[in-house]
Formats: sequence, structure tokens, C-alpha cells
Amino acid sequence: MTEAYIYDAVRTPRGKGRKGGALNSVTPIDLAVTALKAVRDRNNLDTSHVDDIVLGCVEPIGEQGADIARVAALHADYAEPVAGVQINRFCASGLEATNMAAAQVMSGQSDMAIGGGVESMSRVPMGASGGAWASDPQVAAHTYFVPQGISADLVATKYGFSRDDVDSYAVESQKRAKQAWDDGRFADSVVPVADINGVNVLDHDEHMRPETTMQTLAALDPSFTVPGEAYGFDSVAIQKYPEVERINHVHHAGNSSGIVDGAAAILLGNKEIGEKLGLKPRAKIRAFASVGSEPTIMLTGPSASAEKVLKRAGMSKQDIDLWELNEAFAAVVLRFMQALDIDHNEINVNGGAIAMGHPLGATGAMILGTLLDEMERCDLNTGLATLCVGAGMGTATVIERV
Amino acid sequence: MIDYQVDGDGIATLTWNVADRPMNVLNTASLAAFDEALTKAMDDAAVKGVLIASSRPEFIVGADLDSMGGKATVEQLYEMGAALQARFRDMETGGKPFAAAINGHALGGGFEVCLACHYRVAADNPKIKIGLPESKVGLLPGAGGTQRLPRLVGVQAALPLILEGKELNPAAALKLGMIHKVVPADELLAEARRWLLEEGPKNAVQPWDRKDFRMPGGAVSSPKVGPVFVAGNAMLRAKTYGNYPAQRNIMSCVYEGCQLDIDTALKVETRYFVNTAMTKEARNLIRFFFSMNEAKKGAGRPEDVPKAEFKKVGVLGAGMMGAGIAYVTALSGIEAVLLDTSDEAAAKGKVYSEGLVKKRVQRKRMSEADAAAMLGRIHCTTDFSDLQGCDLVIEAVFEDRAIKADVTKKAEAVIAEDKVFASNTSTLPITGLAEASVRPANFIGLHFFSPVDRMPLVEIIRGKQTSDETLAKAIDFVKAIRKTPIVVNDSRGFFTSRVFATYVREGLALLGEGVSPALIENAGRMAGMPVGPLALADEVSIELMHRVGKQTRADLGDKYVPTPGDPIIETMAEKLGRIGKKAGKGFYDYPEGGSKRLWPGLAEQFPEAAEQPDVDEVIRRLMYVQSVETARCLEEKVVLAPRDADVGSVMGWGFAPYRGGAISQIDMVGVDAFVAECDRLAQACGPRFTPPKLLRDMAANGETFYAA
Repeated sequence: MTEAYIYDAVRTPRGKGRKGGALNSVTPIDLAVTALKAVRDRNNLDTSHVDDIVLGCVEPIGEQGADIARVAALHADYAEPVAGVQINRFCASGLEATNMAAAQVMSGQSDMAIGGGVESMSRVPMGASGGAWASDPQVAAHTYFVPQGISADLVATKYGFSRDDVDSYAVESQKRAKQAWDDGRFADSVVPVADINGVNVLDHDEHMRPETTMQTLAALDPSFTVPGEAYGFDSVAIQKYPEVERINHVHHAGNSSGIVDGAAAILLGNKEIGEKLGLKPRAKIRAFASVGSEPTIMLTGPSASAEKVLKRAGMSKQDIDLWELNEAFAAVVLRFMQALDIDHNEINVNGGAIAMGHPLGATGAMILGTLLDEMERCDLNTGLATLCVGAGMGTATVIERV
Repeated sequence: MIDYQVDGDGIATLTWNVADRPMNVLNTASLAAFDEALTKAMDDAAVKGVLIASSRPEFIVGADLDSMGGKATVEQLYEMGAALQARFRDMETGGKPFAAAINGHALGGGFEVCLACHYRVAADNPKIKIGLPESKVGLLPGAGGTQRLPRLVGVQAALPLILEGKELNPAAALKLGMIHKVVPADELLAEARRWLLEEGPKNAVQPWDRKDFRMPGGAVSSPKVGPVFVAGNAMLRAKTYGNYPAQRNIMSCVYEGCQLDIDTALKVETRYFVNTAMTKEARNLIRFFFSMNEAKKGAGRPEDVPKAEFKKVGVLGAGMMGAGIAYVTALSGIEAVLLDTSDEAAAKGKVYSEGLVKKRVQRKRMSEADAAAMLGRIHCTTDFSDLQGCDLVIEAVFEDRAIKADVTKKAEAVIAEDKVFASNTSTLPITGLAEASVRPANFIGLHFFSPVDRMPLVEIIRGKQTSDETLAKAIDFVKAIRKTPIVVNDSRGFFTSRVFATYVREGLALLGEGVSPALIENAGRMAGMPVGPLALADEVSIELMHRVGKQTRADLGDKYVPTPGDPIIETMAEKLGRIGKKAGKGFYDYPEGGSKRLWPGLAEQFPEAAEQPDVDEVIRRLMYVQSVETARCLEEKVVLAPRDADVGSVMGWGFAPYRGGAISQIDMVGVDAFVAECDRLAQACGPRFTPPKLLRDMAANGETFYAA
């Protein structure tokens, strides 16, 4: 099998995903274009060598609709032969897009491909593309649909994480993110977003609240008590998990991933194309895997996908030097560490989405880049990135420095 | 069946009069006649408009459920549904205006006839009920109701109407837009004719057949209506635990159908209608509907006894039960003599009624004058001679044989020899109590449920010596106070208390085995019971269960069969003093101002096993134990008819209605499959699951309790 190498990884900064957020005035296509142009310009890339662009996007409707990957390639002035495809694996879309781009290389069907993703949550809100899962009465009933926040609170309830536990995790995430920014650990990967006149719009992650303490978090009301109790979702979850007496609602805006706008792109290719273009490989893709798990608790897929990808890579937990798990909700990470017995010092060492935000379609590619940056900084060899995914899935990728 | 007349203005009037049924209903015969009349009107060029009316007090009350007994095949239902949909579409699209003159109840298929008319006018009578109540019997409106109603009033307004089967009076229906106009009854036909002549010619087209039609309140996928389904789906499961396919299918009819053109939408509705009608749940609920009607009519009443009238009834003991009995008696226009040992106690019993009546007046369900008259019918006393002239005396004194014997003697000394004396005991065998009576043939049990004003069932217990005449009178009284009677023979716990207790005891057995209390409680609710068995134990009072248990053990001596829950009750009542809800602590804690929570100490007292059973197994145990005990009651002739067992179980202690009742559940599972499961459970859990011979014989002979 051909090896797929990572030659570059870039991301935009993440803007608050709402009115008044810095990137709210920027179209999603321009976010994607920013990332694609950066990949091209940083590497003096003759884009005619790129076979395909795979971009994740979770709400592919409206201005994110109609295959944003191909349209972004055109708008970024990539060479005409560069194809583009938009994919959706919910929150892991960015990582899945990278895996698919890698798969094209590994299977020998592409020499060079770009994976990544984009989401302007301020312009195309969550849920905008509809879907049968939550709405279709037969489907919702059959699958015991609940929103992710209820699932996150169910994880906390079932696995015994208190409000203090999840809040402590969130405080630490903010602390780590600030430290990482202060140290300039993201400097090589974050490409500022500029307006049409070249004026800077945003050059840092806007969502961070480094001043967060246990006290400030304690003031926040749980976000999912109302949907849980008034709209019946708690009952739906309990009917699936009848050993639970009641859902302990512990998640709120401060210990859940931030709603933000952003885009990311990762340049992948085989060895020959790198040599031909004079690019230095940073890491190779060891293995990747996606998996489905029980959809009502929904967010426990990461451990299943991690185990699956490790098996596929012929590795064990001990072979991984550094872990990155998307901070969709604090309890998701706490459960992952509990399930796989992972020390907090080895995972999300530069903070995560609780501090910096989770632009749905892009996050997977962002955390893979963050993982690689940190592996290089600390001279670590192997890393595993994973995300919990809607409807109970999990996606994971193992990379190894070369 | 359908009177057909054309007047000089060219208005054809189709008047419903289904004379061979108690009320106008849609059935094969009436629909064929309607079809014929429609064809005549459509084909006659002289007919300019069509008026649908009724010559009976009701308009049309719906489909004839007799024809939905569950024998129809999928193909037959499809055919029936398609024919009906096509007929109604012809009315809408034939070019001639149709008007419905709603003179009385227009329900279910009856209202669907109206919905297919271009104009709907109703008489100004608040007693008229308009709506689509199909879901109450496990069905869905299959003649366009799930499509036309949301297209008229919007998805958000239509869903609760159809899901809950709400019946509205004309004013409310008008306000929602379900009908166009309300006029005095004597102007009804004239108004319909006026519309047909003046406005009909330009308006013989339904809104949903117009090019510019938009869903009122927003399309299904709109930001306003989309979330209605997301939350609605969850709320439906929260409420029904997924046990009611009709409601789920109604949601789908509206969700899918309202994204389509009307003709395609009606096809989708028919699909879901057929799917719903074929479910076991629909068959169970329809059967239960019939069983209820029979029970309400007093099924099992000895026929040759003339109907008894009740003018004055004595109630002995003004506690919770006595006060409630006096209340329902007086509310039904009967004088109630409420007797207790002191004036204060008797007066307190009347205060109970005052409170209830006040609420009714506040809610405008009763006038001040009626309230005053009703309270005037409750006479408090301490003097047994005030019972003179009573047609019936009901004792509701403390559950103590000596006290009951004493009041029986004192009351019988005053009332006439042909009058009935009834005991409201819930635990003491009637035959034994009747020993204190000088006229045991006139002695009977009337077991009311608490709270009396809200619980619809009365269990009538026939003692060994109770006469047919007394039984007939008791049934007449229960009907007079608008409750539903079932008749059972004397036995410990009678029928309802005996079987109900098995549910609670099975919950205790599970707890004793180390099953998580949350799992037990959730399983009970998921099975369709109103509350979990442990919550029920708290409500009944653990202390009371302990007392009754001790009494039973004393009464039966060596014959007492211990149950796995006995030691748990003893621990809770004696060691822990957690005696139930009233005391604020039982299996649950009852924090002030908050909702109840399982007592955390349970984990220490009854440690949870490492391995927990599947919730389905817990559900089977909680539900099957009730049915197997009910089958024993049938075998022992404690209860005489499956119908009474089903009605008694659903109305008495809230047995899951979609399972049809404690006996219907056995048919639902299949008698042989039920016997096999019970044998397995007997092996695993104990002889309380051992099926009685009655069931084994039925299984062997391939018999069922009800015809398919």
C-alpha cells in the first residue's frame, strides 16, 4: 500500500459563531478559500498536481450547499482539473475528509489530495439542513433520538461525572489554550482571515475565556434542563437507559464546545509527489477508522473508534504518545480518559473546543493539525486524534512522524 | 338510510338517518347509500349544490367500530380506505359546492365528511362535539382527517387535536377554524342553503386544491414547524413510552402528508391507517372500548329484577372514602345521609364535598345554584334513626370486623327490610362480614377506589348469600352515580386488590434480588403502568401493606404462602420506619417542593447485583404476574367474565390500556406463548408464575379468551 504523508496543515482562527462574531461577515466559501490559498501559497504549490479536495461540512445547505469543496477550489483559483467533494460525518467531517483524501493516496488513485472542512455556524446554523433523524416521527421513535446535550448529560450521569468534574475540566481547557496561544504554539498553523481589501478580520481564536474559574462557571445554568424536562428528551434517554433514575444536567455553555466559524485544510500526498515538488513530509497516516455505537448516548464512540484504529494499525494504547479528542462536551473527554485509562497530561494538552470552539465541519482537520504541531514541538512520535460524532459514531486517525 | 331530496333551487339535500343503528355511523351499508346519493347528485345537471345533513340528534358519530373488529385483512382495509378517500375527493373536486349542516355530534369519520365539504356550519349548541377521536381507540382518522385538518388550521394546532382525540364544541371549533360559522339551530339548514346558493358557485374548491395554497402556520420544513416535530416526537415518547402506534402514525401522517399534494398525502394516510388498524394495540383498545360500554350498561346484571331507583342513601363513616361516596351520591341528585360518631367528624366529611364543588364552580363546570343544591343533599348526622327511608346504606368505617358488625346491626334496625346494606371494605371478605347481618341476602360489597370522585370503577362483591335482587340493585346504584361496575365473587382481596398487589409484590421481589430500583420503576412505567411498583407501594402505604400482611398471616396460619417481598416490607416498616408517601419517606424521599427521588439508602439495604436483567425481562415479570393471577381469578370464578377482568384491571389500577387489560394481555401474547413464558418464569422466580390449569387447557386446545 502507498503511504499517505501529511505535507501541511493550516486552519483559520475561530470566530464567535454568532452575530457580532468576527467571522460572521465572512462567507463560508471565503473561509474555505482562505485555507486553500494558504496551503497553496505556503508551499508554492502548483495546484494542477492536486487530484481532489475533500471538505467536511455538516450543514451543506444555503451558502454552504452545492458541493462547497469544488466551488471553493474554483474560487481559490486552483487549477481547473482539481475536483472537489463535500462530505458529512457530522462533527468528525474534517477528520473524515482528511481520511478520505488519505485513502485516495493510499489506494494509489490520487497522488495528492487535500482534506479539510469548513463551517460558518453563525451564517448556517446547526440543524439548518434538517434530516430525518430528529424530525421523522418513525425514525425518531425507532432510534430514541435525543439532542447531543442530553446525551452529554447522560454520559455524565451514567459514568458519574459531577458538575464540579466537568467544570474543572473546562477551567483546565481554558488554561491550556491560553498557555498554548501565549507560547505561540499555533503560530505556524493559523492563517489570519482578511477581507477583500486585505485588511485583517481575525487572527486569533476569538471564543477563548482564559479568565474562567470554577466560580464563574458555577453561575451558569445547565443548558439542557429545559429540552430534557419540558420537551421529553430526558424521558426518551431514560427509556433507552432504564437503569438511570434521572438525568443529571451538568453541561452548559462554559463546559461545552463553543459555537464558532472556521475552516481548515491538510495537504496529503504520496512520497514521490512530495519529492517531485520539493515538499517535506511531516507525518504519515498510520491508520484511520470510523465506527457506530449506541446513538442515544451518542458520544461514547471515540473510545470504540480509538480501539478500532489501534487494532487496525497493529498498535496498543501504550504506543500512542499524544492524544487529541474533540472537546464536544467535558463529559465526553472525561469518559474517554476513564474508558481507556488515559492521563489528562497526555490528552488535549493545548486545550480544545471548550476554549477555542468547534466549527463542526472543520474541527477534525483542526485537531489533527494541532496534534501534529505538538508532536513536533515535543518531539513525540505517534498521535491519535478522534471525535465523537452524531448518531453514535466515532472517527479516529493515527499519525506517525517521519 | 340517506334521504335524498332536490328542491326548486337545485339544492340536493342528503340527509343521514342510519335507522338500524343507535346513532348515525359510517359502515358498509351507510357508505354505500351515501355513495349512491352522491353519484345521483353529481350526475344530475339540475343539482347546483349539495347539502349534507342529519335528521337525528347527532350528525355522524364516526365509523362503526363493529366493522373494525380486527377481522379485516390488509387488502380489505386498503380497498376500504381508498374507496373512502376517492369518494371524498369527488365531493371536493366535482365542481359542485358541498355544505355540511352540523346539527349534532360530528366525530371521527363524521367530521371527516364535513372536512370534505367546502362549507361547514354548526348549530349553536355547546353540547355538540366536533373532532377526530379515533386515537382514543388506537386508530387514526383514515378518511382524510390527518391531512385536511392541518391544512385548515396548521400543523401546530392540528396535532394535539388528532393525537389526543380532542372533542370541541362549535364555538371552540369555529375559533380554531375547523368550521366556518355557528348559527342558531333553527337557522342551520337555511344558512347552509344560503351559502350554497350565494357563495357556493364561486367557492366549490378546497383551499388545498388552489394553486396558491400555503400551509397555514408554516410548512413542515419551516423553522417554525420543523421543531414542532423534533420536540413533538420526544414528548410523545415521554408520554406514551412508545406503546401507542396510533399516535406515532398520526405524527407521520401529518409530517409526511403535509409535505405532499393532497392526493398523494391521502395515499400516505391510508397506508398508516391500515398499518395502525392491524396492530394488536388497536385491537386491544377497540375491544376495551366495547368492554367498557358493556360494563357501563351493567353487564352481568340479573335480568328479571326491576330497575331500582335511589332517592336516599346512607353513608356510614365520614372519612376519606365515606366523604367521597357521599359526594358522588349527592352529585348524582341523590340525598346522602353522612353519619359519623361525632358531629365534627360528620361535618368534616361534608367539607370535603364543599371543597370539590367550589373547584367545579371556579372552573365553570357547575353553577352556584346547582352547587348549593348539591351540598344541600348531604345531611350530616350521628343518629342512626336518620337512615330511615334510605334505599341503600354503605358503610365506610374503619377496617375492623367488630366496628363493621356494630354499624351493620344499627343500620339494619332502621332501614326497610327490602333495602340493601353494602360494605366498602377493601380487604375483609364479604361473606364473613355478612354474618353480622340479619338479612345477609341483602348484604353486598361495594368497593370504591380512592379518590372516589375521580376513580371511575366500583367493584361489586357478591357474598355467598347475596341475592340476585341485591346484586341488581347494587349495579343500578353504581350506574346511577355514573360509575362503571364490575361484579366479582367473594375472595380475599376480591379481584382488584388481589391482582394489583401482585404487581407491587413483584417489584419488591425484584428489589430483593438486587435489581436496581431505577430499573424496576422505569420498567413499570415503560410497561404502561401509571407508576412504578415501588412508588405504588409508597402510595398505598408500606405500613398498611405490613398490617394487611400480618392480618393475612394470622388469618391463614399454615396456609399462608410467603412472598419474596415480605421481608422487604418488614424491613422498611419495622426496622427503617420508612412507611410510605404520607410519612414523607418510603422507597422514595419526598423533598418539600421537589419531586420524589428514590431513597439513596436502598442501595445499602438491598445491594444491587453486579448483573442486571434486561428491561424487557423486568417488564415481563411485572406484567405477566398480574395476568397469571387474573387467570387464577377466572378459574376460581372470583371474576366471571374476561371483560370484567379487563375493565377492572384498567379502570381499577391502571393496567396498561394498550395491552387491553390483564386478560387481553394473554391473548395478545398468545395463550400458548404466555403459558410457556410463565413456566419459564416459574422455574426462575417461583410458583407465583405457574399457570393455572385453565390456561394450560386453553393452550392445549388452541383457545383464546376473545374471538380474534
